[in-house]
Amino acid sequence: MSEQTKTIFSRPETLQETVTHYCPGCTHGVIHRLVAEVIDELNIRERTVGVAPVGCSVLIYNYFNCDFLEAPHGRAPALATGFKRLRPDMIVFTYQGDGDLASIGMGEIVHAANRGEKFTTIFVNNAIYGMTGGQMAPTTLPGQITTTCPAGRIVEQVGEPIRMVELLATLNTPAYLERVAVNSPLQIIKARKAIKKAFQYQVEGRCFSLVEVLSTCPTNWGKTPAEATRWLEENMMPYYPLGRVKTPERSEGN
Amino acid sequence: MRSQEAGRNIAVAKVLMKGNEAIAEAAIRAGATNYFCYPITPQTEVAEYLARRMPEVGGVFLQAESEVAVGNIIFGAASTGKRVFTSSSSPGISLMQEAISYMAGAQLPCVILNIMRGGPGLGGILPAQSDYFQATKGGGHGDYRLLVLAPSTIQEAVDLTMLACHLADKYRNPVMIIGDGMIGQMMEPVEFPEKYTEPELPSNDEWAATGAKGRKPRVIKSLFLDPYKLEDNSVVLYKKYQQMKKEEARFELYKTSTKNKILIVSYGTMARICQTVIDELEAEGVSVGLFRPITVFPFPEEALKKEATRKNIESVLTVEMSMGQMVEDVEKVIAGQRPVLFFGRTGGIVPTPDEVKERIKNLIKKEHGTRKQAAKTASKGKTSTKSKAKSKKKG
Repeated sequence: MSEQTKTIFSRPETLQETVTHYCPGCTHGVIHRLVAEVIDELNIRERTVGVAPVGCSVLIYNYFNCDFLEAPHGRAPALATGFKRLRPDMIVFTYQGDGDLASIGMGEIVHAANRGEKFTTIFVNNAIYGMTGGQMAPTTLPGQITTTCPAGRIVEQVGEPIRMVELLATLNTPAYLERVAVNSPLQIIKARKAIKKAFQYQVEGRCFSLVEVLSTCPTNWGKTPAEATRWLEENMMPYYPLGRVKTPERSEGN
Repeated sequence: MRSQEAGRNIAVAKVLMKGNEAIAEAAIRAGATNYFCYPITPQTEVAEYLARRMPEVGGVFLQAESEVAVGNIIFGAASTGKRVFTSSSSPGISLMQEAISYMAGAQLPCVILNIMRGGPGLGGILPAQSDYFQATKGGGHGDYRLLVLAPSTIQEAVDLTMLACHLADKYRNPVMIIGDGMIGQMMEPVEFPEKYTEPELPSNDEWAATGAKGRKPRVIKSLFLDPYKLEDNSVVLYKKYQQMKKEEARFELYKTSTKNKILIVSYGTMARICQTVIDELEAEGVSVGLFRPITVFPFPEEALKKEATRKNIESVLTVEMSMGQMVEDVEKVIAGQRPVLFFGRTGGIVPTPDEVKERIKNLIKKEHGTRKQAAKTASKGKTSTKSKAKSKKKG
């Protein structure tokens, strides 16, 4: 019997054994796992430092089995810059939500990308502030109801949602930028590939890399997990098209 | 001199250097070969000097997009365990307060130079000492302190920059050097120590983020959601500040003697002007002493109390390039045992020795005169009471 037992699924070494604090249906768990699997695969755990954001994933270091820095709100790219500049031999990644990266941390991410800092950013976009209880984010969709836009996002008053990878793609500096989603097994496999590519570019010392991951927030969207996934597909995906927006190869040829 | 490699500790003769450049060189020689900045007057020469110098010593130089970013970049850089240095001036230092609070909470060492200019707001670009409160009382949010050093000459700025690097590592705490614009812009002959040596430090192997190889992961953070753990962290910090108070208070006395009736308390450039005032008054037969704090946090409380409450001291005059900030610490220390008076100019105005002298002469004429009068009246009163009592007895 034992000879026939084959482990086909286990916890990546880069994740710790712990109880999740994320809400039911939240996609942070899936994204954490993808990042951890990639770190395992590239065999870089022992030289990896993550930078935690402020937001739901502020406690990300309770899940990861690697060193971590806890940044002020939006400043993870600045911390990553300082760390990586002094330790180019190490692998540095930031993990940020939409409020953290596209609102309060807009300056830090744009300039880090433009300097071509050799770290990786995992940008989790769920179109809402989760930790503070569902306020309007820079990525909240037109008409989407949140606690601070109870009548829905009125674009005439607060502007259109920001497409971060497209915005960053306007910079001339070479970078790897891709948008993925974690709404289905197929998309999760694609997301994993993109995250691996992003880390590989860093391992090779090539460029700044960022993967935007469309994700759900059933709790603050006021939906069941299944409804939330459907809402992501029907509303977020049309506004935030999936795919590779920029690669260093392409921008190098410009 | 720039052709010599830092760290090789080659003896140099005295060289004439601008304060900003001398401090920059001192940081390199103390091993702070990682510098991040954003330009702001009157300290930009630090950045310009290090932009040239860092590549020569294999260090890291980066101009960031804002002081908000600089503060957080040094937060990330300090997490490696290496020596990190930044410089700015008042409005820029305000922008760094976020990261400073986080670094104090996460117990990270770094050295921050503030070449102070007049405020509040955009203020002006001329020398001031009006960031004393910000530097010594917090600046950012939360229960924390910085170790704050206040040089009064370029040579002292060099020495204190090296000391700052050491103290930052010793306490795993941000250290701030506050120099007014004069310290940054003035040129003076300076000498770098033949060999930079410092007492042994605790190893950073215990806390720096170096990769979880053969050990448990490390988290560098100031977040403690459990209130008991957050209080514990604040107690750890508090104990460090108590140790600083015990071990790091530094000051200098100038012409203090039993002949002094007035003790001046002043720091930085202002203290040097006060030395001139004291010399000139001495020639006129008026004896005044100077107490100059070198660390303003920890404030040299015990020493000041001792000097200010000597029998011969009738009053204490605090002189600052501000509307009166350090004077509050002086008042706290003296606690009503002597009158504490204040003279200050602000907004970028550096008082002339004559202005300070006039203030002192007025003090002698008016306040001391009035007090003598008051004392006489009081003692007369006492005598009369006594005599009344006596007469009563007699009666």
